[in-house]
Amino acid sequence: MELTGAEIFVECLKEEGVETIFGYPGGAVLFIYDALYKQQDKINHILVRHEQGAVHAAEGYAKATNKPGVALVTSGPGATNAVTGIADAYMDSVPLVVFTGQVPRALIGNDAFQEVDIVGITRPCVKHNFLVTDVRELATTIKKAFYIASTGRPGPVLVDIPKDITVARCEFHYPKEITMRSYNPTYKGNKRQVRRAVDLMLEAKRPVLYTGGGVVLSGAAHELTEMTRELGFPITETLMGLGAYPSMDKQFIGMLGMHGTYEANHAMHKADLVIAIGARFDDRVTGNVDKFCPDARIIHIDIDPASISKNVHVDVPIVGDVKHVIIDLLEELRSRTERPDPAALAVWWNQINEWRKVNCMKYTQEPEGPIRAQYVIDKLWELTGGEAYVASDVGQHQMWAAQFYKFNKPNRWINSGGLGTMGFGLPAAMGVQLAYPDETVACITGDGSIQMCIQELATCLQYRLPIKVITLNNGYLGMVRQWQEFFYQKRYAMSTMDTQPDFVKLAEAYGHVGMRIENPADVEGALKEALAMKDRLVFMDFVTAQEGNVYPMVPAGAGHNEMILV
Amino acid sequence: MRHVISILMENEAGALSRVAGLFSARGYNIESLTVAPTDDATLSRLTLVTRGSDEIVEQIVKQLNKLIDVVKVMDLSQYSHIEREMMFVKVGVEKNSACEAVKRLSDIFRGNIIDVTDKTYTIELTGDSSKLDAFVNALKEFRILEVVRSGSMGIARGEAALRA
Repeated sequence: MELTGAEIFVECLKEEGVETIFGYPGGAVLFIYDALYKQQDKINHILVRHEQGAVHAAEGYAKATNKPGVALVTSGPGATNAVTGIADAYMDSVPLVVFTGQVPRALIGNDAFQEVDIVGITRPCVKHNFLVTDVRELATTIKKAFYIASTGRPGPVLVDIPKDITVARCEFHYPKEITMRSYNPTYKGNKRQVRRAVDLMLEAKRPVLYTGGGVVLSGAAHELTEMTRELGFPITETLMGLGAYPSMDKQFIGMLGMHGTYEANHAMHKADLVIAIGARFDDRVTGNVDKFCPDARIIHIDIDPASISKNVHVDVPIVGDVKHVIIDLLEELRSRTERPDPAALAVWWNQINEWRKVNCMKYTQEPEGPIRAQYVIDKLWELTGGEAYVASDVGQHQMWAAQFYKFNKPNRWINSGGLGTMGFGLPAAMGVQLAYPDETVACITGDGSIQMCIQELATCLQYRLPIKVITLNNGYLGMVRQWQEFFYQKRYAMSTMDTQPDFVKLAEAYGHVGMRIENPADVEGALKEALAMKDRLVFMDFVTAQEGNVYPMVPAGAGHNEMILV
Repeated sequence: MRHVISILMENEAGALSRVAGLFSARGYNIESLTVAPTDDATLSRLTLVTRGSDEIVEQIVKQLNKLIDVVKVMDLSQYSHIEREMMFVKVGVEKNSACEAVKRLSDIFRGNIIDVTDKTYTIELTGDSSKLDAFVNALKEFRILEVVRSGSMGIARGEAALRA
């Protein structure tokens, strides 16, 4: 039977098992929306309030489930509004398929109403993109889009569909399998490299496992935990990798990098072997690359060959899927009679425990003093038993959340790492809550970030998403202010927000519960009350210490051993 | 360092732009670029000449391999290889003496005169880039009206081959 392009679109989503999509209608996608309307029992479409929100929500959904997130927006401004989210997904390797409407083929290039060359605009920030030029190619293109987005190193794929394609008809056939001669990700690591890596692990005196978002994306948390315990090595995680290894375990030495722990950064600096797994040696992690791990040999496991030796020279590269490679490493390790040198490891752990005594995350919550942001997150962690899904925005609150919410499971920490997109948190939390309606989803945000996508509070009401919004309100763009304090002699240029809305009234205006908390004594009670409201979004405005800083800190350009402590 | 990069890619709209984008995003100039379909019409072969540090070019080559449209990449600079470029030069020959001199130079460089009018000669010349430079230089005393160069194309010597 012949179907229209719009009907084919819906059939393809069903074939891919897509249950939820995020979007916003407009002229170029009206036929698609009409087709969705007729099958609304099959595909749950979430109407956001801004296209940026649609893409972040799809990202949140994808990060929490490891399934591709799907967004649908119209041409022109609909498409350009989606670009920030697409770039964000590209930086954090989020599997995403974004559909944009386009003006009819005959008008492309004519400066038609709501026309932009979105394929051209997004080319540098997508894994791949397509302009559909023939309805007979639509189904195969969508199949390719999902395949590319979710395999290898995941990433966003954009499919631009001209309006006339959505009314054109053809026979619908959805390919079951797809092969592409130019795209064949490597999953299995090279055996010889695996043996070399195990040789180095067995020789190491001061080893560190340094793991990243790739472990979460690969679904390899269990395998990583098993290998780490088998080896007895200390493990540190990047911002994107948090939760892959249980944070409460004694082998976990905290996050590394700019706002990582003293013990993690010093361990990296003194290590004689660094085992990087699904991490990409980002500048926020390495600090000054010339001073990075001066004594270490480096093993790097990554599915993306372009990540190998990009920033730091690697001694043993293993290109492959993290999960496959860890399984092979474990097997190789267990086939050997030798074990890592226990005496050397004992000395190494003693040294690490000395660094731990610095207690680099210490802070004091004075009973009468202003609320400390750290204290709020500490309490949230306690009250949720470390089991909540935590979406965050970008800034000081993000770093504090990463430091103080101790994740024990992967896919629970949902944040914008690479691009650092303010406004990510709330829509991402929506995506998570829609994926897991019965779970506790918190959005840790700041008074700056929350206002970048605050319109999504309306979406949360429409779909009754009981997110707990925890705004750490210090009246500043806190991270900007911190840098101005440290590096610009306290000239607080444009980092002060002198006028803020009344967030309680704002939340209420959107139909939610609003709370303002000013005293430390009220923090725990307010959080308990909010968490108990299972069916309401609660917006908590915590008035926190105005000039709190995130410590410790490796200043940009410094080495891991040159940290600023409190 | 000069690099000659050969790319085999899908013969599709947008593929060239993706390749060029990797260079422009890093502020790297493409010195020359030549592209055409191969014996398999679904594939294009592209030769690109750029200058840059070995590390950055190595990174670009990895990124090129990552592009979905790109099937294979080869940095020819790392192989023994042959390069050729084609050029058309149109020269003003109003004086009889110029006709003779231009014809002689063209012969010396093994060029072909492919178009003649009473005022112009158009010469076709093939060779590596330095030979073409030398010819243009030798023509300096005449009135050069136009120079059209194809950009280098390259192929590895012997068994090494870029195949899908």
